[in-house]
Amino acid sequence: MADEVILLNFCPSVFGMRIRIALAEKGIEYEYREEDLKNKSPLLLKMNPVHKKIPVLIHNGKPVCESLIAVEYIDEVWKEKAPILPSDPYQRAQARFWADYVDKKVYAAARNVWATKGEEQEAAKKEFIEILKVLEGELGDKPYFGGETFGLTDISLIGYYCWFYAYETFGNFSIESECPKLIAWAKRCMEKESVSKSLADPHTVYDFVLGVKKRLGLE
Amino acid sequence: MSTDEVVLLDFWVSPFCLRAKIALAEKGVAFVEQEEDLFGGKSELLLKSNPVYQKVPVLLHNGKPMCESTIIVHYIDETWPSPPLLPTCPYERARARFWADFIDKKVFEAGGKTWQSKGEEKEVAKKEFLEILKVLEGALGEKDYFGGDSFGFVDIIAIPLTSWFDSCEKFGLFKIEEHCPKFSAWMKRCLKRETVAKVLPNPEKVLEFVTSMRKMHGVE
Repeated sequence: MADEVILLNFCPSVFGMRIRIALAEKGIEYEYREEDLKNKSPLLLKMNPVHKKIPVLIHNGKPVCESLIAVEYIDEVWKEKAPILPSDPYQRAQARFWADYVDKKVYAAARNVWATKGEEQEAAKKEFIEILKVLEGELGDKPYFGGETFGLTDISLIGYYCWFYAYETFGNFSIESECPKLIAWAKRCMEKESVSKSLADPHTVYDFVLGVKKRLGLE
Repeated sequence: MSTDEVVLLDFWVSPFCLRAKIALAEKGVAFVEQEEDLFGGKSELLLKSNPVYQKVPVLLHNGKPMCESTIIVHYIDETWPSPPLLPTCPYERARARFWADFIDKKVFEAGGKTWQSKGEEKEVAKKEFLEILKVLEGALGEKDYFGGDSFGFVDIIAIPLTSWFDSCEKFGLFKIEEHCPKFSAWMKRCLKRETVAKVLPNPEKVLEFVTSMRKMHGVE
């Protein structure tokens, strides 16, 4: 029986990118549907009535919401190829811890970098870099967060890389000069087709953020 | 079979620590509880085992630390597979994780607002809190537990938070049973379970703790 896989997404969303990468890693064909967040589709509202947010993975008509939950789901259903989580329970706990850290810390800190000005922005940049440095520390000298293979933590973080151009431009700073190892890791990930095809173009992201800033009067 | 050394860095009133205790009890795993003095001074072991957040709970299994309660419960389920806390079907597992995540994102914070606020803010907090419980009632449906017939992952994530609900009701001036009878019935059902009843703290002691937290926040 052929699987029917649909992804409801919004192109600049780092959360949607996670699911795109996981599906690409497993070689799964799916239908991509771009949502207009100002006019959400009846399907989105029906498939995610609790949060009404993208991304939503729909597998044979059944929705899976929340990006990291969807990535684990993909790993469990299509388990023969390209494992995303390690098999050892302790390593799995570590992978989940760092993916959770990314979720708890990166989004809010990054948003403050482009949404604020002056002193507030300086403080936001400092906090953002500190968080990236913690992640750099965890990466250490490993090629990927999980070690030799690309996995859950890498997938949770790499989508932010295509937002770095926007952060650096609006924040007037260089992430590479502060976190060279992290940028090296990001470039390594970008060599994978599953990643390079799933991330948005940095200029598209920049234009999107500029639009949001204008709409919110944050210029 | 080698002897496992399982240690839980704990704080008696933390609902997050209770999740780990219930999960370990469900699996019949013996463990050592090490109570942390969160206000007086955290132990070296805690600071070393959880350098990122410096919080409890931390589970140490043969010296290896794990942090974040939901992740700890997953680990317990995967390391000691019987009886299983999560369903075997990937879709049902994703559903269980979704509700655990919803509970994590919403319940503790909303509950906290009901006892931390005054006046109009309190009314808003109470309304929001009850709406969240109503959403959970919807997820529960007519089932005995969130996963169906058996006590499982989502129940373990949710039930410890209810040990603070007496305090929410007292300071928020409402009764959960009046607004969410099904949720209330689920609570009572879980509290009958030995693994839960044995670890949940005395509600009066929790109330004392919350009262002192209110003073600390200047809410009295």
